Amino acid sequence: MAIKQLTVFVENKQGTMVSITEILSKNNINIRALSIAETQDFGILRLIVNDEEAAKTILADAGYLIKITNVVGVKIGDAPGKLCEALKVLDESNINLEYLYAFMARTEKHAYVVLRVEDNDAAENVLVNAGFHLITEADIRKL
Amino acid sequence: MEQNYYQKSIETMPAEEIKKLQSEKLVKQVKHVYENVEYYRNLMDEKGVKPEDIKGIEDLHKLPFLTKADLRDAYPYGLLAKPLEDCVRIQSTSGTTGRRVVAFYTQKDVDLWEDCCARAIMAAGGTKKDVCQVAYGYGLFTGGAGLHGGSHKVGCLTLPMSSGNTERQIQFMTDLSATILCCTPSYAAYIGETLKEQGYKPEDIPLKAGIFGAEPWTEEMRRGIEETLGIKAYDIYGLTETSGPGVAFECSEQTGMHVNEDHFYPEIINPDTGEVLPEGEKGELVFTALDKEAFPLLRYRTRDICVLSRKKCSCGRTLIKMAKPMGRTDDMLIIRGVNVFPSQIETVLLNEGYQPNYQIVVDRANNTDTFDVNVEMNPEQFTDKVSDVLAMEKSLAGAMKTMLGINPSVHLVAPKSIARSEGKAVRVIDKRKLV
Repeated sequence: MAIKQLTVFVENKQGTMVSITEILSKNNINIRALSIAETQDFGILRLIVNDEEAAKTILADAGYLIKITNVVGVKIGDAPGKLCEALKVLDESNINLEYLYAFMARTEKHAYVVLRVEDNDAAENVLVNAGFHLITEADIRKL
Repeated sequence: MEQNYYQKSIETMPAEEIKKLQSEKLVKQVKHVYENVEYYRNLMDEKGVKPEDIKGIEDLHKLPFLTKADLRDAYPYGLLAKPLEDCVRIQSTSGTTGRRVVAFYTQKDVDLWEDCCARAIMAAGGTKKDVCQVAYGYGLFTGGAGLHGGSHKVGCLTLPMSSGNTERQIQFMTDLSATILCCTPSYAAYIGETLKEQGYKPEDIPLKAGIFGAEPWTEEMRRGIEETLGIKAYDIYGLTETSGPGVAFECSEQTGMHVNEDHFYPEIINPDTGEVLPEGEKGELVFTALDKEAFPLLRYRTRDICVLSRKKCSCGRTLIKMAKPMGRTDDMLIIRGVNVFPSQIETVLLNEGYQPNYQIVVDRANNTDTFDVNVEMNPEQFTDKVSDVLAMEKSLAGAMKTMLGINPSVHLVAPKSIARSEGKAVRVIDKRKLV
């Protein structure tokens, strides 16, 4: 069920993001969501794209250190408190969150949250049981 | 300045006499080594040199060299010239190129080493009335043991502080009115800065002299330490392979270090050809231990580049002087007083499952060496979590600390991001301005 995230190791150097986005653009890869975690020396870029396998190949060919990571995608209502509700479900089940980032859908009245936890299946189960809709690879392609 | 000598007859001996003394000692020493050290006997046999070919110091050039590689090959007992039961001590290096140098001492060896350090302390103006604070590390490192012994020989009240715990150093220094400080120059600078922050003015600090060595330092750094602490700062040179600090020491003239050449005969050679160079020419420094018993290295190549000079010195000592080393013939770095070989970093990386693609960056900030190692990330270990990458850096730094004895800052970088040239990769960037 999990969706696939592209994880790219990026050094804190001028022009790195330009170069990555340029490569993706030239190959017609569309970025759906993005987050960067940075330290003083390096950053880890996380991307949800329309075609992660193609993106992985072209970035790896360009010399980037890249990995595909399974993450949980969940659909939440576009209203105050909705993210909190989803996170509470995880918290109550003692599922520890490593990181998250969110993006809005263009047409629907929903937001999407990408969650990174230790145990994806457990997180998905508790979210589904609490009435949340997960997003799938197919949903991503349709966005 | 009034001159004190610990062993005046030797320290002011005319050149001709000292040459005679060296010759007598060398003839005996070569015989001792040939008879007792199979490793060196083989080297001499290979070269076709017999002990009877060495009739005086002028024949020294006929003997084969010893290098760091020989010390590794012969570890631990291969260069030992006395039965272990006659030895009373070992000292060791911080762990070089994967294998430490272990040096052995008989009581006589310890005595002559401590005598050398005593000469250094008296050349810095020390007498039995002084309080000598030894803030070099104690233990396997030769710094603490050497100056401690020398301080005893002079009759100073010795404060065996070892390194670190700066608050306590300052407390003992001020409460017990220490007059001589012995430590690495970077630690002296650090103590000086700390005293300054605590509001001490140079005239409030009881110290009058400092004996600083075990790492490279500049004239500029010397002046800085002298001003902050209100002292005269003296350089001292030595290496574990020859005994430890005290092989050469500075006098009040501060223009190079007098070599204790009655014990350690210095030569300058062309590092490429091995040819002995005349006085005043720059080359690799080679030492022959003339009367050490347990670990008597003959023609040991230090890899330090320097110059010897027998110009008359205002302190009255006739011992030949060596300039502060101007560089190294190998890629060894001295960082915070510790010998670091790039090959050690490589060993750690291979052990930890990384490719040996790295770059060492050394700089100096606030008179202390900074030590950074950039390592290319191992693709297998890369994850999407920052905490994982930071943990990898920490674990690598820990492994390097175990190997080297000092802590680097490790930075993981992207694969293939460290420049590779056709020939030798640039493994070391040393930004310190030392000469």
